[in-house]
Parts: sequence; structure tokens; C-alpha cells
Amino acid sequence: MQRKTFLKGLIAAGALATVPLAAAAQQDPIIIGEINHYKRMAAFAEPYKMGIELAIEETNAAGGVMGRPLEFIFRDDQGEPGEAVKIAEELMTRDGAVMLTGTILSNVGLAISSFAGEKGYVYLASEPLADSLVWAAGNPYTFRLRASTFMQAAMLAEAAAKTDATRFATIAPNYAYGKDAVAAFKENLLKLKPDAEFVAEQWPALFKIDAGAEVQALERAKPDAIYNVTFGPDLAKFVRDGTDRGLFDGRDVYGLLSGEPEYLDPLGDEAPEGWTVTGFPWYDLEDGPDGAFVKAYQKRYDDYPRLGSIVGYMTVQSIVAALEKAGSTETEAIRAAFEGLEVDSAMGPITFREIDNQSTMGAYVGTTALEDGKGVMVDWEYKDGANYLPTDEEVRALRPAQ
Amino acid sequence: MEFFVAQILTGLANASSLFLVACGLSLIFGVTRIVNFAHGSLYMLGAYIGLTLMEVLPGHFGFWGSILLAGIAVGLIGVVIEMLVLRPVYRAPELFQLVATFGVILVIQDLALLIWGPEDQLGPRAPGLRGVFRIMGEPIPKYDIVLLIITPFIALALWWMMTRTRLGVLVRAATQDREMVGALGVNQAWLFTGVFALGSALAGLGGALQLPKGGADLLMDFTILTPVFVVVVIGGMGSLPGAYLAAIIISVLNVFGVTYIPQSTLVLMFIVMIVVLMIRPYGLLGREEVAGEHGQVGEPEEPIKPASARVRAIVAVGLALLALLPLFGGNFALVLTTDILIFCLFAASLHFLLGLGGMVSFGHAAYYGGGAYVAALLVTWTETPMELAFLLAPIGAGLIAIVVGWVCLRLTGVYFAMLTLAFAQLLWSLVWQWQEVTGGDDGLVNIWPAGWLNDNTIYFYVALVFSVGGILMLRHVAHSPFGYALRAARDSKRQAEATGIDTRRVQLLAFTFAGFMGGLAGALFVFSKGSVFPNELEIVRSFDALIVVFLGGVKTLAGGVVGAGFFKGVEDVLTRFEYWRLIMGLLIIFVVVVAPEGIVGSLRRAWRHFGPGDSQDAATTKEERRL
Repeated sequence: MQRKTFLKGLIAAGALATVPLAAAAQQDPIIIGEINHYKRMAAFAEPYKMGIELAIEETNAAGGVMGRPLEFIFRDDQGEPGEAVKIAEELMTRDGAVMLTGTILSNVGLAISSFAGEKGYVYLASEPLADSLVWAAGNPYTFRLRASTFMQAAMLAEAAAKTDATRFATIAPNYAYGKDAVAAFKENLLKLKPDAEFVAEQWPALFKIDAGAEVQALERAKPDAIYNVTFGPDLAKFVRDGTDRGLFDGRDVYGLLSGEPEYLDPLGDEAPEGWTVTGFPWYDLEDGPDGAFVKAYQKRYDDYPRLGSIVGYMTVQSIVAALEKAGSTETEAIRAAFEGLEVDSAMGPITFREIDNQSTMGAYVGTTALEDGKGVMVDWEYKDGANYLPTDEEVRALRPAQ
Repeated sequence: MEFFVAQILTGLANASSLFLVACGLSLIFGVTRIVNFAHGSLYMLGAYIGLTLMEVLPGHFGFWGSILLAGIAVGLIGVVIEMLVLRPVYRAPELFQLVATFGVILVIQDLALLIWGPEDQLGPRAPGLRGVFRIMGEPIPKYDIVLLIITPFIALALWWMMTRTRLGVLVRAATQDREMVGALGVNQAWLFTGVFALGSALAGLGGALQLPKGGADLLMDFTILTPVFVVVVIGGMGSLPGAYLAAIIISVLNVFGVTYIPQSTLVLMFIVMIVVLMIRPYGLLGREEVAGEHGQVGEPEEPIKPASARVRAIVAVGLALLALLPLFGGNFALVLTTDILIFCLFAASLHFLLGLGGMVSFGHAAYYGGGAYVAALLVTWTETPMELAFLLAPIGAGLIAIVVGWVCLRLTGVYFAMLTLAFAQLLWSLVWQWQEVTGGDDGLVNIWPAGWLNDNTIYFYVALVFSVGGILMLRHVAHSPFGYALRAARDSKRQAEATGIDTRRVQLLAFTFAGFMGGLAGALFVFSKGSVFPNELEIVRSFDALIVVFLGGVKTLAGGVVGAGFFKGVEDVLTRFEYWRLIMGLLIIFVVVVAPEGIVGSLRRAWRHFGPGDSQDAATTKEERRL
């Protein structure tokens, strides 16, 4: 039984590379293995999955890829890296997937990436943000779609450098993502504004923030501006306590990811006003490919898109583009196709850079405001990710020698 | 000075929910001796139910009424849990009930997701309490002030109930000696139900009260669990004033920690706990445990004996079949079996500690993850060849175990368990925080086996040889004189010492040996996955092993291995379904209720009942009849 599906997978994978087989074999779907934390991070993974499904439906309605329908197998890894690696193996060797994609959590993304590099499977990391995924721990088989921690922090640092603020305080969850986000912000800010000074650094434990104490500690340092990396339940508590105690009065606040509907919407009418954030202002998108995406999404579902939705949608767009370019489902062909791949995505044209396999997908940067009792982004601008990456020399130094 | 006062007030306000949840846990443990892991889930339910009610009920009355009603509702849920899940297993081996409560956690997680959806919910503001009071010029949120006034009243009410009412007398009596209370004609079943309901209601109340300071989300059950356990242990299990004192100490210290050592947020409370337990082994206000109180509940364990020729033959055939797996199984079958083998060795090492040594460790992941990290660090930083790193990993884990064991073995019972948990958490925090060396949450990647081993089939044989070898060795040690000494130390420390056994040394050696074997499993793990992350050191990993050992059967030699194999296999199938946690939780509860001696124990009983001549069918029909 297992063997049969395995063989079928092999045939499917080799179908186009070898001589044209029977018509029936041609119609076998191209299978993509998708691994995510559907239970552990349901609020994030579900909209993402809906974005993927929308794109698959559109692709298949338009005749599929290379004349074959596209199919995703979605698997839950419980948020465990070890589990994800096991599932990746199963998807590739038993289910006949031609490549892997998925994950939100960086650690799971890194585990799959290391596995993919070792076994020679193509992995498109859709959402994990860790810089090391394409740099320090990068490998030729791993590609990343979303704008990384470094890129988004650089966008906020650019905005911060334009103000008069010199005394900065930071608050970030005490783990790899938080530390990377603070380091990237510092690095970019000091480059643009050498006299900037960091007067306080707060490191609450992830999802265990003691908001009152953190707010008091930040207030005590009397900063001009605050850089916030907390998210989820921590952000809600931080915003509530900070607003109550007047921490944000008369201060510039920069919030990494804070403008994403995933994080902003749960705050309801207590969403902070006047923060400079990266996020996803779907409500304002009308023209252009992103507007078309929002329309299609709302037509298909009785729901509005989150950032995850458009990332899921662009994941499929990228994979379709790679497969079309490769003209084959062979791993090496797909890998080669991804290098320098140009995609007309829902956020406009993006490129998977040859130098580090990072896409140039950007982010929306804007200011938060309250409208009709909920937080929105105003005065936003789409920033192209290509402008917020280190120089090629720096990237070469970061990536391990091949 | 102003700042100082503001800090203390913030700390006191934070102590409020923590105290309510912790004293509920403490009460339940004091009377029923159940370590209720599902207490965090009850807290989460309190938050969600309170939130739902607040949306319906308006105004001041609605807000405070919702909090009270949420407490009552969670109390009723507690009654249901106690009667359906816990009552059937009170006579099971010590601590077996905690497995049942773990099943409850899984069920509640999926139910909460079903009912309230995945998105985080922000709690509503208390009506009329938005904004701050200025105290000596420092802004303090109004709700904080209300909380820190309410909490002492709730504490006083509880104290009054405990000292002035009949229920309180019974509860205190049961905490001291529950057999005696039963002998005096008190209906224990209802007393247990009542206490469990009260404890649950307090957890629910804590969850609802914190709403204006946060909200409700699906992760809060595990988030609150560790601080609550720490508070209960520091205060002394079963002591309410202790829980209050400890909640305040932890909360206030945490506020100052945040200000003066912002990086300390992860480790502070564990360090406090270790220090307190070093000075006062039973917590600040706890009392020394009476010898025998934690003795074996239920039937005495039967002596272990070497496997019969028939069993040996069956196992040999099974192993031979396993060895032939690459011939008929696919690639994935090999990977899955490798995972299961590794987990079996991990579970067997904990089973050795728990079953034979009677030492309940809540932190066994420290050696499993520790071994994995030793290997990964060696490969990453010193470019040690894989073969050498693989062999050094268990030694490193063993060394960790010596240190931890040396400190922890001063304590016994639940305090011992909590101290092992504290050390595991310390190690986890170290790895999580020391990013330059350990990679923090981003872990260590590209830790692959040496070229000649880097093939699924070959690595499968490596895992097979080392796992089975390790398990057989653990079994062999159980039958050795050392194993006898270990069990003697477990069953009667005094008698064992009288016969000249240095029980402490024997136990420390056993602890180290179990750590060594856990480290071996960790080394096998890291090279099979190619990466390691702090997850492998988390509490959840320790619980995984704990649960399969109990479900397999603590009082049997094969329990750990059988439980691990069974549940890892089931998990692989179940996780393909959407609501798999619900099914898994129900399955765990089902096994707990139907087979309180674990899978192996119950099978053995069934086997013996029908005699070796009977077929397996007889056993199943009997099971069906009972149902």
C-alpha cells in the first residue's frame, strides 16, 4: 500500500521529465507539501491556508500548471521542529510531493531548511522571519518569500531616523526573534543617525509579559521614542498598561508587525494611535494587484484577508511561476528556476535574489489610527524589500561558503 | 521612593490572579494528593467564560457578576471532571491521576478552540475603572488598586472558611490524614469532589479577574502553569497562607527583576524556588511529609522476574521482524520507526527512574535535550566528528544528571519532582537565552551524521541497535544487585539503610544512569533530525515521557517501552485529523479509566485471569462485557 503510493509519486514526479506518458498520467496533480502549525497558531495559519486555497482554485480554473492540476497536502506539525522534519520526509518520499513549503515559526522553518539542504529537497519558507534562514544558516535549496526581520526593522529604522528623537528604548520578547529585531533596528538606525542612544532595553519572557513592570521600567528611562517588538497577547497587555500609565504620550512609537490585522484587530478600540508600524492595510487596497487580491478573497470567503492570507496567495504564485519556468517537476529544475525567479505577485513584481534566495517582497509601513472603533493603518506606503537588504558583500560574508 | 512604592503596588496587583489559581491547586493537592496539571486549563476556561458573560451582561453588575458566575461555572466543570475522570482512578498508583489531568488539558484545548475560535480576545475594561490613580505622583491603573484590595479579602474569606467552618475542618483534617478522616465516617468521595470544585472555581475566578489586565487566548493554560506550580511549591503544598506569601514574593521580585535585570525574566522564579527549597525543603509554610504518606497506593507491586523463555522468544521474533523492516517498509516507515525507537529509549530511561527508583522526575527532558545539545554544540563549535560527539552526548547528559540529582535528592515526593522541573527549566532558559552559543530559539542546525551513516536505512539500524541495546541494558540493571538495592531504597529507605545500603548513593547513581540513557536518546534524536531547538528541553517533552510511562504501566518492566511505542504510533495517525488533540485527550482518559495499571499491567492481569491457555479473544470479550 505504502509502496504503491510511493511509486505513484515517483511516476508523477518523473512524468514530465521522461517521455510523455499516457494521457491519464499527464492529468495527475502536481503535489506540494505544506507544513504548518494549524493547531498551535490557528489564528495565523487559517487565513494563510485560505489564501493558498484561493490561489490553487484560480490556478486550476485557468488550466493548472503545465496542463496538470496543482494540489497541496496540508499537514500539522504541532509547532515542533522534530515533528516537522518527520512530516517533510513523509511528504517527499511517500506522498509524492515535488517540493515543500510552509511554517510560521522560525525554529520550525530552520529545521525544515536544514533537512531540505541535506536531502536535496526544495523548500520555500513562506512566513518564518529569522534572518539566519537565508544568511548564516542558508543553503541552496531554501528560498524565503516574506520580508525578513532585518528588512522590516530597517524600514522602521528609516522612519525613526527622520525624526528628532535621539533617546530610544526597546521592548522585545526574550528570544531569538526579539533579539534579532532589536539588533537589526539598532544597526540600521545607528547607520542613519549615529547620535542615537539606546537608554533602556526590556526583555519580557515571550507570552509572559509583566506589562505593568515593563511600562514602569520604560517610563523610568525617559526615552524620546520606543521600539516595540512584542506581539500577540503580550502586545495587548503592553498597550493597555502603557496607555493607562501614559507611557506613549508625546513619544514616537515604532511597532514591528504591530499593524498586521492578526495583531491589530484583537486590540479592538484600544489599538494604539500614532504608532509607526509595518502591517497590511487591506481596507485601503483597491487598485493594483493587491487590490484585486483583496476583492477576490472577499468574494470567495465571508471574511477579510489578513497578512497571512496574501502571503499564502503569493506562496502559490511563486511556486506556480517556478514550476512554469522549470518546465519540470524535478527537484534540480525547480531549484534552478527559483534562483532569480521573477514573480508578478499580489504585491507587485518580486524577485528571488540569486545571491541569497531571499525574495524582494516588501511591507506596508504606515501610522496607526482608530476608525470606527478599530485600529487601522493610515498614510501607509508600500516599501519594496529590495531597498532594505544589506549590500551584496555583507550578504556574501553572512552566507556559508558552498 | 515614589518609584519604589509604585513597583510594589504593581507587584501586589500581579499577585492577585496568581494567588487565586495557586491556592486552588494547593487545596486540591492538599486533600486529594492530585497534582492537577489541568489547573491552567480551568484558569483559561474562567477567562473565556467570563469574557462571554461580560458581552451579555451589562454595566457594573454585569461585570462583577460575570466574574463570579465564571468562577461558579468553572467550579461545576471541576465537578464533572472529578466525577468522570478522577474518581475512577483514586486507587491507581501514586501520581497516576496527573496523566488523567493531562488528557483533560488536551480535551479542553480543542474544545476552547471549537467554541471561541483561534483569535486572541482582549478582555473588557472594568466599568468605571479605566485610567489611573496617582499615588505619590506615580500612575497606577485603577483596576490594579481594586485587585490589590480585593485579593486580601478573598484570602481572608478562604482563611475563615478553613478555620471556622465544618467544611474547613474536614479539609484540614483530610490534608493531614485522609485515611483517618475516612475512618471517622466522612464521605470522602464528596469531600474530594467538593474540594476539587472549590479549587476549580478559584482558578476560574483568577482567570476572569485578570481579564481587564489582559484577555483570553489559547496559550494561557500552559503559560500560567509553571508560575503557579512554583508558587505552590515555594509556599508549601497544601498551605493557603504559604501560597499567598509566595505569590506576593514572586510577583514583587519579578517587578524589580524587570527593572534592574531585564534579562532575568525567564529564570528568576526558578532560582527563587531552588533557593527556598534548599533552605526549607517543604516550602515556606509547608509541613514535613509524614513518612508513608506517599507510599504505594493500591496493591503492592509484585517482584520483578526475568522474562520467561516464551516472552524472550516473542521479543526476539519481534526484533528480527523489526530488523527486516528495510526490506518491506518504505522510506517513511523507517523514519517513523526510528522516531518511535528513540522515544522508547527516552521513556524507558524515565521508567527506570520512576518505576524502579520511585523517583518521580518532572524534568527528564533536561537529559534528553541536554544530550542532544551536547552533541550539537560539540559539532557546531569544535567540529568534533559525529561519532565522537554521539558518544560524548550521553556522558554530558549523565554529568548534568549527577549535579541535578545531587541537589534534588535531598527532597522527596512532589518537592523532588518540582525541583527536577526547576532545573530542567533553568537549563531550558540557559539554552533559550544564550543565543551566541546555543542559537537560542533558532537552535543549532546542520547537525547531520557522518557520511557513512547518513542514510535512512543505515541510521535506522543505528537507532535500532542503540535503542534496543539501551533498553535491554536498563532491564539488565533492574535484575542486577544494583537494581535490587534501588528497589529496596524505594520501598523502605530505613530498612535498606539498616541492611547497609547507602541509599543516597544508590539513588544518585540511578539518577545519573537514567540521565545517561536519556542523553543517548537525545543524541540519536539530534542526528536523525539534523537540528535541535529548545523545544527538546521544554516541560512538554518531560510530560510526554511521563505520560507514556504511566499509561504503559509504572509497575511493570516493559511499561515505558510499550507505552511509548503505542502512543507515538497513535500520535502519528491522529495528527492527520483536525481535532486530534480532542481524540488524543479522550483516548488518554479512556486508557486511564479502563486500565488504571497501565497497558502492560492490565494486559498482564487479564492474561493471568484467564490463564495462559486462554486465547486473546477471551480477554476482549471480558472487556466488552465490563463496558
